[in-house]
Amino acid sequence: MPVKLFRMPKQYHHRDFQKPLHSHAHHDTDTASQKSGAHIIKVVRRVLDANDIMAGQNRKRFREKGVFVLNMMSSPGSGKTTTLVKTLARIMPEIKTAVIVGDICTTNDADRLAISGAPVIQINTDQFGGDCHLAAHVIEKAVDDLDLDTIDLLVVENIGNLVCPAEFDIGEDARVVVLSVTEGEDKPAKYPLMFRECDATLLNKTDLLPYLDYDKDLAVSTIQQVHPDMPVFEISSKTEDGFEPWLQWLRTLVHNKLHH
Amino acid sequence: MHEMGIAMQIVEIALDAIPPNLQEKSVETVNLKVGKLSAIVPDSLRFCFDVVTRETRLAGVKLNIEEIPVKARCRECHFEWIIEGPAFTCKNCQSGAIDIITGRELDIESIEIADREIPDAG
Repeated sequence: MPVKLFRMPKQYHHRDFQKPLHSHAHHDTDTASQKSGAHIIKVVRRVLDANDIMAGQNRKRFREKGVFVLNMMSSPGSGKTTTLVKTLARIMPEIKTAVIVGDICTTNDADRLAISGAPVIQINTDQFGGDCHLAAHVIEKAVDDLDLDTIDLLVVENIGNLVCPAEFDIGEDARVVVLSVTEGEDKPAKYPLMFRECDATLLNKTDLLPYLDYDKDLAVSTIQQVHPDMPVFEISSKTEDGFEPWLQWLRTLVHNKLHH
Repeated sequence: MHEMGIAMQIVEIALDAIPPNLQEKSVETVNLKVGKLSAIVPDSLRFCFDVVTRETRLAGVKLNIEEIPVKARCRECHFEWIIEGPAFTCKNCQSGAIDIITGRELDIESIEIADREIPDAG
Protein backbone atom coordinates (compact mmCIF):
# COMPACT_ATOMS: atom_id res chain seq x y z
CA MET A 1 0.00 0.00 0.00
CA PRO A 2 1.37 3.43 -0.88
CA VAL A 3 1.73 5.82 2.02
CA LYS A 4 -0.31 8.97 1.79
CA LEU A 5 1.34 12.03 3.18
CA PHE A 6 -0.94 14.56 4.65
CA ARG A 7 -0.13 17.98 5.99
CA MET A 8 -2.04 20.00 8.51
CA PRO A 9 -5.08 21.66 7.01
CA LYS A 10 -6.02 25.14 8.00
CA GLN A 11 -7.15 25.66 11.54
CA TYR A 12 -10.90 25.54 12.01
CA HIS A 13 -12.41 28.68 13.37
CA HIS A 14 -15.35 29.06 15.63
CA ARG A 15 -17.19 30.95 12.95
CA ASP A 16 -16.99 27.85 10.73
CA PHE A 17 -19.64 26.33 12.93
CA GLN A 18 -23.05 27.78 12.27
CA LYS A 19 -24.60 26.89 15.60
CA PRO A 20 -22.48 26.89 18.72
CA LEU A 21 -23.22 24.00 21.09
CA HIS A 22 -24.03 26.35 23.89
CA SER A 23 -27.24 28.25 23.69
CA HIS A 24 -25.85 31.33 25.39
CA ALA A 25 -26.45 34.02 22.84
CA HIS A 26 -23.39 36.18 22.82
CA HIS A 27 -25.06 39.34 21.76
CA ASP A 28 -28.08 38.97 23.96
CA THR A 29 -28.42 42.18 25.92
CA ASP A 30 -29.79 40.24 28.90
CA THR A 31 -26.39 38.72 29.44
CA ALA A 32 -24.64 42.07 29.44
CA SER A 33 -24.70 43.58 32.87
CA GLN A 34 -23.36 47.02 33.52
CA LYS A 35 -21.64 48.07 36.69
CA SER A 36 -19.45 51.09 37.37
CA GLY A 37 -19.13 52.00 33.71
CA ALA A 38 -18.06 48.51 32.64
CA HIS A 39 -20.01 45.90 30.72
CA ILE A 40 -19.62 42.30 31.76
CA ILE A 41 -20.52 40.05 28.85
CA LYS A 42 -21.22 36.46 29.82
CA VAL A 43 -19.66 34.04 27.39
CA VAL A 44 -19.52 30.59 29.07
CA ARG A 45 -17.92 28.66 26.23
CA ARG A 46 -15.39 25.90 26.28
CA VAL A 47 -12.20 27.13 24.64
CA LEU A 48 -11.99 23.82 22.80
CA ASP A 49 -15.61 23.74 21.70
CA ALA A 50 -14.61 23.97 18.03
CA ASN A 51 -12.59 20.79 18.55
CA ASP A 52 -15.35 19.12 20.54
CA ILE A 53 -17.96 19.87 17.87
CA MET A 54 -15.69 18.46 15.18
CA ALA A 55 -14.94 15.39 17.31
CA GLY A 56 -18.68 14.82 17.69
CA GLN A 57 -19.08 14.99 13.91
CA ASN A 58 -16.23 12.51 13.44
CA ARG A 59 -17.81 10.17 15.98
CA LYS A 60 -21.14 10.29 14.15
CA ARG A 61 -19.46 9.56 10.83
CA PHE A 62 -17.54 6.60 12.31
CA ARG A 63 -20.75 5.25 13.83
CA GLU A 64 -22.61 5.50 10.53
CA LYS A 65 -19.80 3.73 8.71
CA GLY A 66 -19.39 1.09 11.41
CA VAL A 67 -15.76 1.86 12.18
CA PHE A 68 -14.20 1.46 15.61
CA VAL A 69 -11.58 4.14 16.32
CA LEU A 70 -8.67 3.60 18.68
CA ASN A 71 -6.52 6.55 19.75
CA MET A 72 -3.02 5.35 20.69
CA MET A 73 -0.92 7.70 22.76
CA SER A 74 2.43 7.64 24.57
CA SER A 75 5.69 9.48 25.06
CA PRO A 76 8.15 9.41 22.15
CA GLY A 77 10.05 6.13 21.90
CA SER A 78 7.74 3.97 24.01
CA GLY A 79 7.20 1.59 21.10
CA LYS A 80 3.82 2.68 19.72
CA THR A 81 4.74 1.95 16.13
CA THR A 82 6.36 -1.42 16.79
CA THR A 83 3.41 -2.43 18.96
CA LEU A 84 1.06 -1.39 16.20
CA VAL A 85 3.02 -3.19 13.47
CA LYS A 86 2.90 -6.42 15.49
CA THR A 87 -0.74 -5.88 16.39
CA LEU A 88 -1.74 -5.36 12.76
CA ALA A 89 0.09 -8.51 11.73
CA ARG A 90 -2.00 -10.51 14.19
CA ILE A 91 -5.46 -8.97 13.85
CA MET A 92 -5.50 -8.57 10.08
CA PRO A 93 -7.15 -9.68 7.86
CA GLU A 94 -9.75 -10.80 10.41
CA ILE A 95 -10.23 -7.15 11.40
CA LYS A 96 -9.84 -4.82 8.45
CA THR A 97 -7.72 -1.99 9.76
CA ALA A 98 -6.45 1.39 8.59
CA VAL A 99 -3.97 3.65 10.34
CA ILE A 100 -3.54 7.39 10.69
CA VAL A 101 -0.15 8.24 12.11
CA GLY A 102 0.86 11.66 13.36
CA ASP A 103 4.40 12.96 13.59
CA ILE A 104 5.94 16.38 13.56
CA CYS A 105 8.25 15.30 10.71
CA THR A 106 9.13 12.30 8.52
CA THR A 107 7.13 9.44 7.01
CA ASN A 108 9.27 6.79 8.74
CA ASP A 109 6.43 5.43 10.86
CA ALA A 110 4.04 5.24 7.94
CA ASP A 111 6.63 3.36 5.89
CA ARG A 112 7.00 0.81 8.69
CA LEU A 113 3.24 0.46 9.13
CA ALA A 114 2.53 0.16 5.39
CA ILE A 115 4.28 -3.23 5.32
CA SER A 116 1.21 -4.63 7.09
CA GLY A 117 -0.87 -3.96 3.99
CA ALA A 118 -3.16 -1.63 5.88
CA PRO A 119 -3.94 1.74 4.32
CA VAL A 120 -1.75 4.26 6.13
CA ILE A 121 -2.08 8.03 6.21
CA GLN A 122 0.81 10.02 7.59
CA ILE A 123 0.05 13.39 9.09
CA ASN A 124 2.94 15.80 9.51
CA THR A 125 2.24 18.74 11.76
CA ASP A 126 5.38 20.75 11.03
CA GLN A 127 3.67 23.24 8.75
CA PHE A 128 2.46 25.28 11.70
CA GLY A 129 5.44 24.87 13.96
CA GLY A 130 5.00 21.24 14.90
CA ASP A 131 1.81 20.70 16.80
CA CYS A 132 2.08 18.55 19.88
CA HIS A 133 -1.15 16.62 19.33
CA LEU A 134 -3.67 15.61 16.69
CA ALA A 135 -6.88 17.62 16.80
CA ALA A 136 -10.31 16.55 15.55
CA HIS A 137 -10.23 18.64 12.37
CA VAL A 138 -6.95 17.03 11.32
CA ILE A 139 -8.50 13.58 11.64
CA GLU A 140 -11.58 14.73 9.76
CA LYS A 141 -9.48 15.80 6.76
CA ALA A 142 -7.25 12.74 6.88
CA VAL A 143 -10.24 10.39 6.93
CA ASP A 144 -11.34 11.82 3.56
CA ASP A 145 -8.49 9.82 2.04
CA LEU A 146 -9.75 6.55 3.52
CA ASP A 147 -12.57 4.32 2.31
CA LEU A 148 -14.42 3.89 5.59
CA ASP A 149 -16.79 1.35 4.01
CA THR A 150 -13.96 -1.14 3.68
CA ILE A 151 -12.56 -1.00 7.23
CA ASP A 152 -13.67 -2.10 10.70
CA LEU A 153 -10.95 -0.48 12.76
CA LEU A 154 -9.11 2.81 12.46
CA VAL A 155 -6.08 3.20 14.67
CA VAL A 156 -4.81 6.74 15.20
CA GLU A 157 -1.20 6.76 16.33
CA ASN A 158 -0.99 10.14 18.00
CA ILE A 159 2.04 12.42 18.33
CA GLY A 160 4.49 11.11 20.94
CA ASN A 161 3.63 13.24 23.96
CA LEU A 162 2.15 12.35 27.36
CA VAL A 163 0.55 15.74 27.91
CA CYS A 164 -1.38 17.41 25.12
CA PRO A 165 -3.05 14.59 23.16
CA ALA A 166 -5.03 13.68 26.29
CA GLU A 167 -6.82 17.01 26.07
CA PHE A 168 -8.11 16.61 22.52
CA ASP A 169 -11.09 14.45 21.65
CA ILE A 170 -10.79 13.24 18.05
CA GLY A 171 -14.01 11.24 17.93
CA GLU A 172 -12.47 7.96 19.05
CA ASP A 173 -14.18 5.03 20.81
CA ALA A 174 -11.28 4.04 23.04
CA ARG A 175 -7.89 5.33 24.08
CA VAL A 176 -4.81 3.37 25.03
CA VAL A 177 -1.53 4.65 26.40
CA VAL A 178 1.72 2.79 25.77
CA LEU A 179 4.22 3.07 28.62
CA SER A 180 7.58 1.37 28.34
CA VAL A 181 9.57 0.00 31.27
CA THR A 182 12.49 2.27 30.42
CA GLU A 183 10.47 5.36 31.29
CA GLY A 184 10.28 5.21 35.09
CA GLU A 185 7.63 3.81 37.39
CA ASP A 186 6.21 7.19 38.37
CA LYS A 187 5.21 8.41 34.90
CA PRO A 188 1.48 7.80 35.54
CA ALA A 189 1.70 10.01 38.64
CA LYS A 190 3.53 12.70 36.68
CA TYR A 191 1.05 12.65 33.80
CA PRO A 192 -2.24 11.84 35.53
CA LEU A 193 -4.50 13.35 32.87
CA MET A 194 -3.22 10.93 30.22
CA PHE A 195 -3.69 7.90 32.44
CA ARG A 196 -7.12 9.12 33.60
CA GLU A 197 -8.29 9.64 30.04
CA CYS A 198 -7.20 6.26 28.71
CA ASP A 199 -9.11 2.98 28.81
CA ALA A 200 -6.09 0.68 28.97
CA THR A 201 -2.34 0.80 29.45
CA LEU A 202 0.12 -1.27 27.44
CA LEU A 203 3.20 -1.70 29.62
CA ASN A 204 5.74 -2.33 26.88
CA LYS A 205 9.31 -3.62 26.51
CA THR A 206 8.94 -6.20 29.29
CA ASP A 207 11.69 -8.19 27.55
CA LEU A 208 14.11 -5.59 28.96
CA LEU A 209 13.10 -6.17 32.60
CA PRO A 210 16.01 -8.54 33.39
CA TYR A 211 18.44 -5.74 32.51
CA LEU A 212 16.75 -2.93 34.43
CA ASP A 213 16.17 -1.95 38.05
CA TYR A 214 12.57 -1.34 37.15
CA ASP A 215 9.93 -2.06 39.80
CA LYS A 216 7.09 -3.33 37.62
CA ASP A 217 4.71 -3.83 40.54
CA LEU A 218 5.24 -0.24 41.59
CA ALA A 219 4.51 0.93 38.05
CA VAL A 220 1.29 -1.09 37.91
CA SER A 221 0.16 0.12 41.34
CA THR A 222 0.90 3.72 40.33
CA ILE A 223 -1.24 3.28 37.22
CA GLN A 224 -4.02 1.85 39.36
CA GLN A 225 -3.76 4.71 41.83
CA VAL A 226 -4.34 7.19 39.04
CA HIS A 227 -6.95 5.10 37.24
CA PRO A 228 -8.31 2.28 39.41
CA ASP A 229 -9.66 -0.73 37.50
CA MET A 230 -8.00 0.25 34.21
CA PRO A 231 -6.65 -2.86 32.47
CA VAL A 232 -2.85 -3.00 32.27
CA PHE A 233 -1.45 -5.32 29.60
CA GLU A 234 2.19 -6.26 30.08
CA ILE A 235 3.62 -6.78 26.62
CA SER A 236 6.85 -7.00 24.72
CA SER A 237 6.42 -5.68 21.23
CA LYS A 238 9.77 -7.29 20.37
CA THR A 239 8.94 -10.85 21.41
CA GLU A 240 5.12 -10.44 21.33
CA ASP A 241 4.99 -11.82 24.86
CA GLY A 242 1.67 -10.99 26.51
CA PHE A 243 0.05 -9.88 23.26
CA GLU A 244 -2.95 -12.19 23.31
CA PRO A 245 -4.86 -10.56 26.24
CA TRP A 246 -4.38 -7.12 24.65
CA LEU A 247 -5.52 -8.33 21.24
CA GLN A 248 -8.52 -10.04 22.80
CA TRP A 249 -9.47 -6.82 24.59
CA LEU A 250 -9.26 -4.93 21.30
CA ARG A 251 -11.13 -7.59 19.30
CA THR A 252 -13.96 -7.57 21.84
CA LEU A 253 -14.35 -3.79 21.70
CA VAL A 254 -14.33 -3.75 17.89
CA HIS A 255 -16.75 -6.67 17.73
CA ASN A 256 -19.13 -5.06 20.23
CA LYS A 257 -19.34 -1.85 18.24
CA LEU A 258 -19.70 -3.53 14.87
CA HIS A 259 -22.41 -5.95 16.00
CA HIS A 260 -24.33 -3.65 18.22
CA MET B 1 2.59 22.82 25.23
CA HIS B 2 -0.27 23.91 23.00
CA GLU B 3 -0.89 27.16 24.88
CA MET B 4 -0.34 29.22 21.72
CA GLY B 5 -3.20 27.45 19.95
CA ILE B 6 -5.37 27.81 23.02
CA ALA B 7 -4.57 31.53 23.22
CA MET B 8 -5.64 31.93 19.58
CA GLN B 9 -8.92 30.17 20.29
CA ILE B 10 -9.51 32.44 23.28
CA VAL B 11 -8.96 35.51 21.12
CA GLU B 12 -11.44 34.25 18.59
CA ILE B 13 -14.14 33.48 21.15
CA ALA B 14 -13.56 36.80 22.94
CA LEU B 15 -13.82 38.81 19.69
CA ASP B 16 -16.95 36.90 18.79
CA ALA B 17 -18.50 37.77 22.15
CA ILE B 18 -18.23 41.57 21.80
CA PRO B 19 -21.77 42.88 21.24
CA PRO B 20 -22.32 45.01 18.10
CA ASN B 21 -23.11 48.11 20.14
CA LEU B 22 -19.78 47.85 22.02
CA GLN B 23 -17.51 47.21 19.02
CA GLU B 24 -15.71 50.53 19.51
CA LYS B 25 -15.21 50.09 23.25
CA SER B 26 -12.14 48.84 25.03
CA VAL B 27 -12.07 45.24 26.25
CA GLU B 28 -10.39 45.22 29.66
CA THR B 29 -10.44 41.64 30.87
CA VAL B 30 -11.09 38.13 29.65
CA ASN B 31 -12.16 35.84 32.50
CA LEU B 32 -11.07 32.25 32.07
CA LYS B 33 -11.53 29.13 34.19
CA VAL B 34 -8.74 26.56 33.99
CA GLY B 35 -9.04 23.24 35.81
CA LYS B 36 -5.94 21.93 37.56
CA LEU B 37 -6.27 18.70 35.59
CA SER B 38 -6.18 20.43 32.21
CA ALA B 39 -2.92 20.30 30.29
CA ILE B 40 -2.48 24.07 30.53
CA VAL B 41 0.16 26.11 32.33
CA PRO B 42 -1.45 29.47 33.28
CA ASP B 43 1.80 31.47 33.06
CA SER B 44 2.52 30.11 29.58
CA LEU B 45 -1.01 30.83 28.53
CA ARG B 46 -0.78 34.46 29.75
CA PHE B 47 2.49 34.87 27.87
CA CYS B 48 1.00 33.43 24.66
CA PHE B 49 -2.14 35.54 25.02
CA ASP B 50 0.00 38.68 25.27
CA VAL B 51 1.92 37.66 22.16
CA VAL B 52 -1.09 36.83 19.99
CA THR B 53 -2.99 39.98 20.99
CA ARG B 54 -0.07 42.34 20.35
CA GLU B 55 -1.08 45.11 17.92
CA THR B 56 -4.63 43.81 17.75
CA ARG B 57 -7.90 45.08 19.13
CA LEU B 58 -7.21 43.02 22.27
CA ALA B 59 -3.69 44.37 22.91
CA GLY B 60 -3.09 44.87 26.62
CA VAL B 61 -6.24 43.02 27.67
CA LYS B 62 -5.85 41.25 30.99
CA LEU B 63 -6.31 37.48 30.93
CA ASN B 64 -7.74 36.67 34.33
CA ILE B 65 -7.30 32.96 35.06
CA GLU B 66 -9.24 31.30 37.84
CA GLU B 67 -7.70 27.94 38.65
CA ILE B 68 -10.27 25.29 39.56
CA PRO B 69 -9.24 22.51 41.94
CA VAL B 70 -9.77 18.86 41.05
CA LYS B 71 -12.86 17.76 42.94
CA ALA B 72 -14.04 14.17 42.98
CA ARG B 73 -17.17 12.37 44.12
CA CYS B 74 -17.28 8.71 45.06
CA ARG B 75 -19.96 6.69 43.28
CA GLU B 76 -20.12 4.24 46.17
CA CYS B 77 -20.32 6.43 49.28
CA HIS B 78 -20.91 9.85 47.64
CA PHE B 79 -18.00 11.37 49.57
CA GLU B 80 -16.62 14.52 47.92
CA TRP B 81 -13.08 15.77 48.28
CA ILE B 82 -10.35 17.81 46.60
CA ILE B 83 -7.67 15.72 44.91
CA GLU B 84 -4.24 17.19 45.65
CA GLY B 85 -1.88 14.46 44.45
CA PRO B 86 -2.07 11.78 41.78
CA ALA B 87 -4.25 9.40 43.82
CA PHE B 88 -7.72 8.90 42.40
CA THR B 89 -9.28 6.54 44.94
CA CYS B 90 -11.96 7.56 47.43
CA LYS B 91 -10.47 9.06 50.56
CA ASN B 92 -13.36 7.71 52.60
CA CYS B 93 -13.99 4.16 51.33
CA GLN B 94 -11.00 3.57 48.97
CA SER B 95 -13.31 2.79 46.05
CA GLY B 96 -11.88 3.44 42.60
CA ALA B 97 -15.30 4.27 41.16
CA ILE B 98 -15.12 8.04 41.28
CA ASP B 99 -16.27 10.91 39.11
CA ILE B 100 -14.22 14.02 38.53
CA ILE B 101 -16.71 16.83 39.03
CA THR B 102 -14.40 19.81 38.59
CA GLY B 103 -10.83 20.30 37.42
CA ARG B 104 -11.13 19.70 33.67
CA GLU B 105 -12.37 23.21 32.83
CA LEU B 106 -10.97 25.32 30.04
CA ASP B 107 -13.81 27.80 29.72
CA ILE B 108 -14.21 31.45 28.91
CA GLU B 109 -16.60 32.76 31.53
CA SER B 110 -16.98 36.38 30.50
CA ILE B 111 -15.34 39.43 29.02
CA GLU B 112 -15.33 42.88 30.60
CA ILE B 113 -15.69 45.94 28.41
CA ALA B 114 -15.08 49.49 29.63
CA ASP B 115 -17.14 52.45 28.52
CA ARG B 116 -14.09 54.11 27.00
CA GLU B 117 -12.97 53.80 23.40
CA ILE B 118 -10.22 51.41 22.33
CA PRO B 119 -6.82 53.01 23.02
CA ASP B 120 -4.64 53.59 19.96
CA ALA B 121 -2.80 50.42 19.04
CA GLY B 122 0.94 50.58 19.60
